[in-house]
Amino acid sequence: MTALLVAGAGTDAADEPRRRRGGLLSSILHSRKALVGFFIFFVFTVAAIVPQLFTSVKDPNALQFTPALPPSGDHLLGTTALGQDIWAQLIYGTRESLIIAVVAGLFATVLSVLVGVSSAYLGGIADDVLSMITNIFLVIPTFPLIIIFATYAGKGTLLVVLIVLVVTGWSYGANQLRAQTLSLRNRDFLESARVRGERRSYIIVAEVLPTMISLIVANFLGAALYSVLTAAGLQFLGLGNPNSISWGTMLYWSQNQQALQTGMPLWSIAPGLCVALLGTSFALMNYAFDEISNPALRPVRRRRVKRKRTSPAGH
Amino acid sequence: MSSASAPVLQVTDLTVEYATDGPGVRAVDGVNLQVHKGEFVGVVGESGCGKSTMLFAIAQLLSPPAAITDGSVVFNGQNLVTMTEKQLNVLRWRDYSVVMQSAMNALSPVSNIGAQFKDALEAHGSFNKREITERSTEVLALVGIDRIHLKSYPHQLSGGMRQRAMIAMALLFTPELVIMDEPTSALDVVAQRSLMVQIRELQRTLGFAVVFVTHDMSLVSHFSDQLLVMYAGQVVEAGPTRTVFDRPAHPYSRGLLDAFPSIRGPRVRLTGIPGSPPDLGRPPTGCRFHERCSVAMEECSTTVPDLYPVGDVASRCLLHRPAEVTA
Amino acid sequence: MTTTAVPLLETRGLTKHFKVGGNLARKTLHAVDDANIVINAKEIVALVGESGSGKSTIARLLARVYKPTAGDILYQGKSLRSMRSRKDSLAYRSDVPMVFQDPFSSLNPAYPVSHGIMRGLTLHRPELNRSQRREEAIRVIETVGLRPAAGILDRYPYELSGGQRQRIGFAQALAYKPTLILADEPVSMLDVSIRIGLLNVMADLREQENVSFLYITHDIASARYVSDRLMVMYAGHIVESGPTEEVLANPKHPYTQLLVSAVPDPRAPLAADAGSDRGEPPRVINPGPGCRFRWRCPVAIDRCAEVTPPLLDLAPAHAAACHVAAALAPTP
Repeated sequence: MTALLVAGAGTDAADEPRRRRGGLLSSILHSRKALVGFFIFFVFTVAAIVPQLFTSVKDPNALQFTPALPPSGDHLLGTTALGQDIWAQLIYGTRESLIIAVVAGLFATVLSVLVGVSSAYLGGIADDVLSMITNIFLVIPTFPLIIIFATYAGKGTLLVVLIVLVVTGWSYGANQLRAQTLSLRNRDFLESARVRGERRSYIIVAEVLPTMISLIVANFLGAALYSVLTAAGLQFLGLGNPNSISWGTMLYWSQNQQALQTGMPLWSIAPGLCVALLGTSFALMNYAFDEISNPALRPVRRRRVKRKRTSPAGH
Repeated sequence: MSSASAPVLQVTDLTVEYATDGPGVRAVDGVNLQVHKGEFVGVVGESGCGKSTMLFAIAQLLSPPAAITDGSVVFNGQNLVTMTEKQLNVLRWRDYSVVMQSAMNALSPVSNIGAQFKDALEAHGSFNKREITERSTEVLALVGIDRIHLKSYPHQLSGGMRQRAMIAMALLFTPELVIMDEPTSALDVVAQRSLMVQIRELQRTLGFAVVFVTHDMSLVSHFSDQLLVMYAGQVVEAGPTRTVFDRPAHPYSRGLLDAFPSIRGPRVRLTGIPGSPPDLGRPPTGCRFHERCSVAMEECSTTVPDLYPVGDVASRCLLHRPAEVTA
Repeated sequence: MTTTAVPLLETRGLTKHFKVGGNLARKTLHAVDDANIVINAKEIVALVGESGSGKSTIARLLARVYKPTAGDILYQGKSLRSMRSRKDSLAYRSDVPMVFQDPFSSLNPAYPVSHGIMRGLTLHRPELNRSQRREEAIRVIETVGLRPAAGILDRYPYELSGGQRQRIGFAQALAYKPTLILADEPVSMLDVSIRIGLLNVMADLREQENVSFLYITHDIASARYVSDRLMVMYAGHIVESGPTEEVLANPKHPYTQLLVSAVPDPRAPLAADAGSDRGEPPRVINPGPGCRFRWRCPVAIDRCAEVTPPLLDLAPAHAAACHVAAALAPTP
């Protein structure tokens, strides 16, 4: 029945050549979810690059203001129990959170691709070994592992957090990519490349990967989402660097100082909201890529097709 | 008008459109079709001509973005297009049934044949276990499959057997009309012929009518009573099968027949039909075939031809337009 | 006495078995058994059989996708076993490329259609520089009848129709300047009116570019249209072979007779016993000796169950593997 969901009649396509204009950009513009996601991400990116645009405070961690002030013109979200401007911390904290999301997401994806695609394409013993490794990492409960690893590593620097996120975040994507590569393995164009005499490494990199770009991007967004949330969690538990400026650290200190109970709710709520917003933007962008790469997922237009009056008797 | 009884199926002016961002695409444009009791009607055409869409429209199986926008499908006096799902369910499988193109796609791979027959039976009636087994065995015997295969899974059967199991399933309630969408295309030539002969025999025994859609014109040549040739959503020729084969009136039918190399007779170089079917989103003006037609005239690009009678067939070609009577 | 030229491609006793079943119940699927094929220069040989007959396996053996279980393949007199180095292997692949069946998956959707042709040229004709490669790509695209060539090269597969994509497949093969093209059901998935165009391309390539073809198909009518010689396969064995017209006019093997009678011909009336054969292909797992067609054969005798019939010449250049046919053939 898929034939009926594709515009144009008939089962196989025998249509005239038609250029599709715009491609990615136009698809994004057409999808409301994508637009919202990209917009949020864009705002955060600007805040990370030029925080000075949003706040006049130079050093958000300095204890320079009156503690526990409510929101006002000078301090949009008030101040912390230690005398820091919450809004400024929020803005400057964007940088670290974004770095974590993008860098950890990127490395986790690279690892997923390497392991997942190779194991499917090479098959045999290589597949067995790599699959086993993937499944082990997949099954290990992540949070206990994270906690153990982070504690063992001692000081919770940014690097440690990143390593932990990559090590725990790559296996899910690897399984997905392996499944997708397996389904591609016997496609004629790959056999055509083999018959042409191409080397295996060339086939994996130049023939298989390009067809999976949308899946890889989706994987990246998923990994970034995972990193944002997990990093915030780690830092909240105190496993990050308590002196850094980030949303997770704000959550840590606000909990430490019992912000919710002592009348400074914004100190907890604001960073939590930002974490959620950034995560949501990744999820929305993920939806958009799904729809772009798989037309079957696009919302079907249920326009009321105009019906002409049926004539009572035939011709 | 005709001496035969009222037709089992009367399709009038059927039009199916796909909603798109721009103007809709008309996959089926004003198709008329009549099927009498026990008749075998073949619908032939190439990919994109709308024959499968038309079949689904007749069976009321279209999903958005496709929808019937005009015309009627009158089955035994009732217009299926205006009926609700509930009303349709009463008719489905009991009065008319559908055989899909690829049995591997239509049969569930996770249940055995017996279970699928049981599902079909229970969906349209209530039977006890004994009745179900009895009827399932009966229909399998009709198509020549041993009852032991009630326990078989689709992948354990050969292509030919699967297709025959599909046909058996369609006959569970001995419907009056069976609609078939290219049921033989995945089969080899020997299995194809066997299946066609089987269908014809079943027709004679049980008396049901068949609408058979295929791209292989020669396949239906020995089996169908009536033949419709479709192109770009329209019927371009219709009439008794033998006449259409022996004296095709429309240039497309002629081109299509000529594109089949034969294994008897002299070996000649054939040319097929140049070009490819039109984009239905922007159909050509005038006659839809004129761009590929070897005998096109100037008028063909501006005037839309109707179906004109030519002997006992009808042809949608300006060549057959009756001469205007000047007053 | 005439000296016969070395055939372009020859197989001797070509055999391919696959292991099926789990680790405990190891069974052997006999995909191809003892195939002797000869293909000469400037000749189109059709290999006809139903699905499961082994014809696609033969194509893959010749394309070196599979290794033979037994038997040998000789290209221009040299055994493929002696081609071990990458250089030799590439040289063979350049001479004997393959065209695939499915126009919708034979081109990588992520690249424009020029990709396969350009890669092929890079691998097999390294003496060309970039602009020469582009020129050559344009030349082969035009040879298969696609115009305007430069515009088509930059299109993506989804922008072309099935027939156009298959032509690209032929162009890819042509770019290597091959001697023999293995065509595995190249037109089966195309509309009927488009098939003829591609079959004509094959015939023209034979004439103008001196390319031979191994045309694999289940459709006897198209095999007759385009081929010079015809081979019929059943259940892994070649059961008949000879000049196309001769085999179709006087089929000697009962399976060939069945196939010929089953082809729908609108002009001839339907035979009385039509449809009696259900078309059930055998599963050739752990077969014993004997003819594999005997269960469906209308003329099988006792010997058919005991001895596998050899492929013998029963008329000049017309061979069949059938005990009954051999007994009936006039002694020379």
